[in-house]
Amino acid sequence: MKVLSLNFLTCAVKACKSSSNSYPLHPKDAELVQDDLEVNAQLLLNLLPRIDWTALSTTATELGFPALPPQAPSVEELQSDEKKLRDLHNLLMETQIMEGKLVCANCGHEYAVREGIANFLLPSHLV
Amino acid sequence: MQARLGLLPLDISGVSLGRVKRAREEPFDRDAAYMLPTPDTSHVAYERVYEPAEDSFLLLDTLSSATETAFLQTRFGEGYAPLVVEVGPGSGVVIAFVNAQAQALFGSRNVLTAAVDVNGYACKATGETARKAALENATTHGSFLGALQGDLVAPVRDRLVDVLIFNPPYVPTPELPKQPRQADLPALDAKPSFDDDSYMLSLSYAGGRDGMETTDRLIDSLPQVLSTKGCAYILLCAQNKPEQVKQRILGFGEAWKVATVGSSGKQAGWEKLQIIRIWVE
Repeated sequence: MKVLSLNFLTCAVKACKSSSNSYPLHPKDAELVQDDLEVNAQLLLNLLPRIDWTALSTTATELGFPALPPQAPSVEELQSDEKKLRDLHNLLMETQIMEGKLVCANCGHEYAVREGIANFLLPSHLV
Repeated sequence: MQARLGLLPLDISGVSLGRVKRAREEPFDRDAAYMLPTPDTSHVAYERVYEPAEDSFLLLDTLSSATETAFLQTRFGEGYAPLVVEVGPGSGVVIAFVNAQAQALFGSRNVLTAAVDVNGYACKATGETARKAALENATTHGSFLGALQGDLVAPVRDRLVDVLIFNPPYVPTPELPKQPRQADLPALDAKPSFDDDSYMLSLSYAGGRDGMETTDRLIDSLPQVLSTKGCAYILLCAQNKPEQVKQRILGFGEAWKVATVGSSGKQAGWEKLQIIRIWVE
């Protein structure tokens, strides 16, 4: 699963949905792989407004990436800065979580990731 | 195929055969008839993952039809990166097609795709189908984010999905199979038993009352899961009482629209399939 997915996911437990603690999920013992993909600059520019930057910063730091700036870059900034674009591409599109866990900070449940697939099926006591 | 169905735990009294067998009964060179190639699913283990059939192909044909590509391109014009999520992708043939043909469907490669399936083997198959199809369509594909295992859209954040695609377990059955918890399905690295396989397949087609128990849950979640530009494509069979389903969706509010945008099996009878598009205006 690409790191970008984490920006779109939350805890599957109903009671957690309303808690801000359930987002983003926190990677734990994550094993990453890097794909080598062509940069699609327009995709990243289009994507920028729909990214939750605060959550992405948390994810990046927790995965061992250099800290992101506190504010999301503007479209113009990103357009004119090839390094920024490339770094964002690397984090969001090229990096995949293959093994590990995703942890909800609200209920503490750990979702296993195996072979790049996160398992969000709940144990009976959490349904 | 028939032997496998004969041993499924539920009495499906032949009903699912329509869903499973049709593709075999009609030898048909799809790629000769349509310009866009059908993704290769030859790696998929059909003893535990639903095999592409008439319903899957109806989704491909509908999503790539002139009316639907026009709708999608008008709705998600330039400057946007729509998120397409398929629920219950099975082999992944539909979402791999959407991803591989992003340019033809959306008029742009700036498209994100993802899938959620309750069956982990289907998730694995889907990832592989999407990867292969993207390789074969190197200049037209979008970005496939991954397949994850879960119940419908439970782990997806609210108001994010722009296009939701669902080929549900729509066959009416006396009861719905037990909805799986984490412990009910084999781990991905385990060797599934014959019963495991039967159970996973039953989840792909058995729909309980009117074949609608799972689809109803998905429809209930639409107001929460769809983005402000969101739309959904859902496949129904005649026994699902499509007119009632449409009325229910219109009941969400004045802004909600629904239309039949694809159908197959034109002769009267329960096999007739249709795809409804749901959107907010």
